Amino acid sequence: MKQRWSGWALAAGALTISAAAFAAPPTPEMISFACAGCHGTNGGSAGLTMPSLAAQSKAAIVEAMKKFKSGERPSTVMGRLAKGYSDADFEAMGAFFSRQKIHFTNQTVDKAKAAKGADLQEANCSRCHLDDGKDGKDDTPVMASQWLEYLKMQAELYDSGKRKMPKDMAEKWNRLSKEDREALLHFYAGVSK
Amino acid sequence: MTLDRRNFIKLVGGASGLALAGCASQGPAVSAGSAAELMPKGTARRVVVVGGGYGGTIAAKYIRMLDPSIEVVLVERNKEFISCPFSNFYIAGLMNDMSSLTIRYDKLAANHGIKMVYAEVTAIDPAAKKVVTTQGTLAYDRLIVSPGIDFRTEEIEGYDAKTPEIFPHAWKAGPQSTLLRNQLQSMKDGGTVIISMPLTPYRCPPGPYERSCLIAHYLKKHKPKSKLILLDANPDVVSKKPLFTKAWSTYYKDNFQYIGGKKVTKVDVGAKLVSIEGIEDFKGDVINLIPAQRAGDIAVKAGLVGDDKKWCPVDAVSFQSTKHKDIHVIGDATALPSDGPPMPKSGYSANSQAKFCAQNVVNLMNGKEPVEFSGINVCYSAISDHESVSIASVFKVENGKIKSPATAISPADFSQAKMEHAYGESWLRNILTEMST
Repeated sequence: MKQRWSGWALAAGALTISAAAFAAPPTPEMISFACAGCHGTNGGSAGLTMPSLAAQSKAAIVEAMKKFKSGERPSTVMGRLAKGYSDADFEAMGAFFSRQKIHFTNQTVDKAKAAKGADLQEANCSRCHLDDGKDGKDDTPVMASQWLEYLKMQAELYDSGKRKMPKDMAEKWNRLSKEDREALLHFYAGVSK
Repeated sequence: MTLDRRNFIKLVGGASGLALAGCASQGPAVSAGSAAELMPKGTARRVVVVGGGYGGTIAAKYIRMLDPSIEVVLVERNKEFISCPFSNFYIAGLMNDMSSLTIRYDKLAANHGIKMVYAEVTAIDPAAKKVVTTQGTLAYDRLIVSPGIDFRTEEIEGYDAKTPEIFPHAWKAGPQSTLLRNQLQSMKDGGTVIISMPLTPYRCPPGPYERSCLIAHYLKKHKPKSKLILLDANPDVVSKKPLFTKAWSTYYKDNFQYIGGKKVTKVDVGAKLVSIEGIEDFKGDVINLIPAQRAGDIAVKAGLVGDDKKWCPVDAVSFQSTKHKDIHVIGDATALPSDGPPMPKSGYSANSQAKFCAQNVVNLMNGKEPVEFSGINVCYSAISDHESVSIASVFKVENGKIKSPATAISPADFSQAKMEHAYGESWLRNILTEMST
């Protein structure tokens, strides 16, 4: 690893230039910058079906990436990319995104549904989805201000059984009506401060 | 249209450069570019970025994010940038206009303190460390060139400046995309459309195949008696082969034909004819001729291309040119040392490369050790109006060469194609937002 660049530098050095003879391993931010092509600068998503990664806890990112890599969590591109990274890379991504400020999408949601969802959150979800979903216990992801379309896609994956729901969540979620579930999604999507 | 615009800028560029720089010793406007110094360099270190596409915008932005003490000047000839990715939707009538593909630079510049210069770069002087633009010259400490591609039209007999007005390439989004779209829409039902694509490497490996699917989709729906022929200069499909061949045989078998190993070497615009190495001719009512490619003109003029005279050799650390000191090249124009399949010439590749170029330019300017590359490429390709497929790769560096530890395409049963269509749209929104804010 120390001598990685020396051969090349010799070859090119003769031509013109002092290219960097040594390069350090990529920093957490440099590994994570590549994610922005799909997830937005510093993990703040502008794409309706893409989650924001900004402010997710390290544990949430690491757990999600491991599950994508193993195939336990269904995906399209994410699982394929996850195979190119190590657990240490996932830790680096987690460290980077957990340092970013939460990304508020300021999207329009159904106010009545969001108000109903606020009560449901308080009564059912707030033990793990802390602070209106802006924070999460352990590896619980940040839900606040995620795009409604993204949240709906995930709810469908859960309801179809393709994405496995944590046991604690299933106990609550399965008791909720279809309308209640939708109201919750509107609530999370609408959190804007 | 492009030429008109360039000439226009040249015409007014010299004069306004003079006024801006306020340089008394300057003579009248020179058509090749103005020698008046634009924005004389102060005490701050300066990086000049040439080209405001997928690579240049990101390089400029991330340098400012990583070290705000470095002044960044972004030189771009157009006030707007139109994305090539997704322009096939517009060509095939699945998008009404290109507004959702168009970004401006105002917010990017304001948010990050990037200084914009709207001008064409006409020369680079590596010894004096300055670029000559149609607005005046700009001094730099380091230069990042993200010039995209231009065409090796000299390899096609009979191809002249007027040819793309009849046989559009539509391989740079803008008026060329509109021309091809209009030709398709005004073609009579029962006509023949030809897409001619070049040998690798070229910009956007899956692009011509995506285009074939979407044009075939258009014909199937609106001109069912018409047919499409894709003439591939490569002997076989070079990108996402199992997926495109399945899409063709599933959806377009009645109106589409793929023929590999057909390199167009001669054109006859009047006869609406393309010729293959003197052996056979193909006649079309609409001919989308995508010529072979090389690094953008400025990279050739500045001597940044390698012995092949086509692509710019760079190192895989800071994307530093092996031809000229203190100049870095990113994006489609580069030839990177690779072990295995190279990074495709794509928007996402340019985005990933720009960030490492930015970080390592900052590190080099601050006397810090550079960091190794770790990047991504994801390319979505539509196969119909509601389905897309993708290729996704991670790229890292091993022994000074870029190598992919993981590359995979979508499942061949198209089970994810609808979802990927939605993800593709989000990709576009995110990457264009990243470039413009």
